[in-house]
Amino acid sequence: MTTARTITFKLNGTPVTADIKPHHNLVELLQSQFGLTGARESCGQGLCGCCTVVVNGLAVSGCLYLAAFVDGAEVATVEGLDTPQALSPVQQAFVEASAFQCGYCTPGMIMMVTQLLGENPDPTEEEIKHYLSGNLCRCATYPEVLDAVKRIRLGRRLP
Amino acid sequence: MAATLNPPRATAGSQIGRSVPRVESRAKVTGRAEYTHTMRLPGMLHAKIFRSTVAHGRIRWIDTSAAKRVPGVMHVVTIDDVLKVLPDPYYGPAFHDQPILAHEKVRFVGEPVAAVIAADPHIAEQAVQLITADYDELPAVYDEVEALTSKIYVHDRLKPAQAFADLKHLKDARDTNVALDYRLRRGDFDKAYAAAEHKFEHEFKTQKVLHLSFEPFACICDYKDDHVTFYDSTQGPSFVRIEMARLLGWPENKVRIKVPYLGSGYGSKLYIKLEALALALSMIARKPVKVALTFEEMFYQITRHPCTFRIKSGIDANGRIVARKCEVFWNGGAYADIGPRVTQKAGLTATGPYDIDNVWVDSYALYTNVTPAGALRGFGVPQLVWAYESHMDMMARALNIDPAEFRRRNLLHEGREHATGQLLEDAPLDTLLDKLLERMNWSEPLDKGSGTVRRGRGIAIAIKAVTSPTTSVAIVNVAADGSVTLYCGTVDMGQGSDTAMAQLVGEILDVPAESVRVIPRDTDATPYDMGTLGSRSLFHMGHAVRRAAEEARDKLKALAREVGEPDGSNIPVSALFEKRYGMQAGNVIGTGVFKADYVPPAPGTGQSPQVTPFWLISAAGAEVEVDTETGHVKIAKLVNIVDCGTPVNPKAVETQISGAALMHLGFTMFEKMHIDGGQVTNASLADYKIPGFHDVPAVIENLYLDHHQANGPFGAKGVGEVSTFCPSPAIANAIDDAIGVRITEMPLNAETVFRAIRAKQGMPLEDE
Repeated sequence: MTTARTITFKLNGTPVTADIKPHHNLVELLQSQFGLTGARESCGQGLCGCCTVVVNGLAVSGCLYLAAFVDGAEVATVEGLDTPQALSPVQQAFVEASAFQCGYCTPGMIMMVTQLLGENPDPTEEEIKHYLSGNLCRCATYPEVLDAVKRIRLGRRLP
Repeated sequence: MAATLNPPRATAGSQIGRSVPRVESRAKVTGRAEYTHTMRLPGMLHAKIFRSTVAHGRIRWIDTSAAKRVPGVMHVVTIDDVLKVLPDPYYGPAFHDQPILAHEKVRFVGEPVAAVIAADPHIAEQAVQLITADYDELPAVYDEVEALTSKIYVHDRLKPAQAFADLKHLKDARDTNVALDYRLRRGDFDKAYAAAEHKFEHEFKTQKVLHLSFEPFACICDYKDDHVTFYDSTQGPSFVRIEMARLLGWPENKVRIKVPYLGSGYGSKLYIKLEALALALSMIARKPVKVALTFEEMFYQITRHPCTFRIKSGIDANGRIVARKCEVFWNGGAYADIGPRVTQKAGLTATGPYDIDNVWVDSYALYTNVTPAGALRGFGVPQLVWAYESHMDMMARALNIDPAEFRRRNLLHEGREHATGQLLEDAPLDTLLDKLLERMNWSEPLDKGSGTVRRGRGIAIAIKAVTSPTTSVAIVNVAADGSVTLYCGTVDMGQGSDTAMAQLVGEILDVPAESVRVIPRDTDATPYDMGTLGSRSLFHMGHAVRRAAEEARDKLKALAREVGEPDGSNIPVSALFEKRYGMQAGNVIGTGVFKADYVPPAPGTGQSPQVTPFWLISAAGAEVEVDTETGHVKIAKLVNIVDCGTPVNPKAVETQISGAALMHLGFTMFEKMHIDGGQVTNASLADYKIPGFHDVPAVIENLYLDHHQANGPFGAKGVGEVSTFCPSPAIANAIDDAIGVRITEMPLNAETVFRAIRAKQGMPLEDE
């Protein structure tokens, strides 16, 4: 297949380089060269949300996003949300609300909820559903995910 | 705080009934949980599959020459290559009918015919596109009812596996598509039906749907000349080990199955899926080989059984069912997988949760030329309940009896014999119905609406037997610092079993569940378990785990006596080891085994005093709004009530009830595999829609009865499937209540409903 090239980008805040081919997508790049498997391909059509990655502040489907496009970009993945000491507020809320079962779609859900609350700190239930409508969960933990988002919203209102 | 030998009694019961957050929570929310599909081994190669484009045919030739010339391709494999490493390459739990790659014939569109191995998966994928094959096409059979009498045979000769006594009579059978003919007989159906005051006969169908776990099937096999290791997304590592050892002619101890967390399974990842192919490819390549499917390929792996159910009931003048006949035809696809067990285990309860003296059940597993079918969250029972609970409502309406009252009049009570002959125990059906009617405000009239939006409500109630007899084994290991490790083969695919099992151990050893380490499934470490299926784990493995923990506790007490501790001493467990071994050293190991009591059903009649160790029962109610101009159905309210015995982890129970019911809303309302001439025409998430956030009903209640299962571990029993049974018929019954239209085939999408409305108005729409 075609020639490799080297790209440089920021991954969860750290400058990195990677050798990629033109047909590689972002999920493959993260998995094969950085051992990050939180973004994972499922439907392969950008419909399920399991591969959600944030590029330059915007959530994208990593399975449809060519690796070459992140040259010079800032890439954020689920692995960048927590520290060894603490989960992010969204991750913590997902644990407390039991908002996952098998966990396969969970990183994508968490990335989207993080982005939602960054844009709109106090979404209504309809706004939450609408924003997350591109994230599917075959275990159908939808009520628990809504509960998790509401917990964070309420938590923020407290002094 | 270190664990002590005899903590104060106040801690008793503290681990049961506690909503412990899942023990793997951190790994899952940080994206660091390991799944086979995203796993890599050093030096690993990738395989991609070339699949059949015809539903039934003899292979004339397969041309792999162009694929072999692609730079980077290491092997292109057909059955001829497999036969050199595995001379008898057929597998399956019920029949050894499935070849590792198509052998002489292909039997469904999508059947694996050849595989390409390369270091780069893209190269393997590209090379697969260059393979060609030619077939002498044969006529194919797709419909389960036709398959019973068709002269088109999917298999030339049947090859039952050794495991099941009721399949032995099918050995070497020819000229048949029947992979099991299960019978249940009680009383005299013909006589009672003939004498009945009212007679009803209906036919129901269920469509072909599939599991679609978001982690598609994946397996990595690392074959060495003297042992083999699989990294596998499977619900049944022990079965995989035994079946791979059989194919190799090896003892079990040379075969190792490691299972990380599963991106769920719902019954799809049982028995053999990609393991046998991965084994053959790793033997040929002499390197680790990964076979990981795409989303589309899942449509060619395993599905739920489509089913045709003909049901007849005779009713006496008092509205009591006196006779019921059930003929159930299961569309098993091209390979039997676990279909014969679905046919039998679901057949056991085909007459429903009712007290009927005269019953007749014929349940047929049928081979057809479509993707094989297996278990899907209910082992066939959701298809049966769809039929018998729709039938109940149709009869109640015809007899002008309230549907709830009609059910109450006929419910089976505890202490009475079920149709199988087993006494009904720990299955409070009447309490369940009462609770449902209360939550549905059944005694109050419903505003049925006017104009173009009409409202209605419906209910359903169901029963299931658990797969039996099955065995589970567990090991509990207490280390010298008092920390506790559990080794058990139950696969946590999202249901929360690791957490529940840790709670059982914690309860017995008086330690917090969170402190118990549950070892990931690895057949080199975790002992035998029949499989994570059919809601059996909490009961069967739960008992094995309980016994293992109790034995460890008893051994700790014996150790205390040995070192001279007085009776009742509350010495820290770590101090006990220190006293015995002079330093932080040693282990105490408890083991536990559980196999449920079972009496095989009598041949021909299916009668047995003990076919199931426990009953699963559930009920559901739905309120719907139907737009009569479009056929669109909105579910305004869904109530799911189950009996799961004592909830070990109430939050996990609630999410199982909710998740299983919502998954089945998809199967009920819109999911359907479209098949045209054997070709699946909607094999993608773009064309096969599953439930999303907007499909959750405005009101959904997920409840369980306050009930202690007398023979369950701490009063518990399984809950993974039970809420799947009733939503479909409850919704169909509600639609009938709303607009007087009866639908007998799912899905209940707007088109189906609108066609039914138009047919009822005498203005049927043209067929597609």
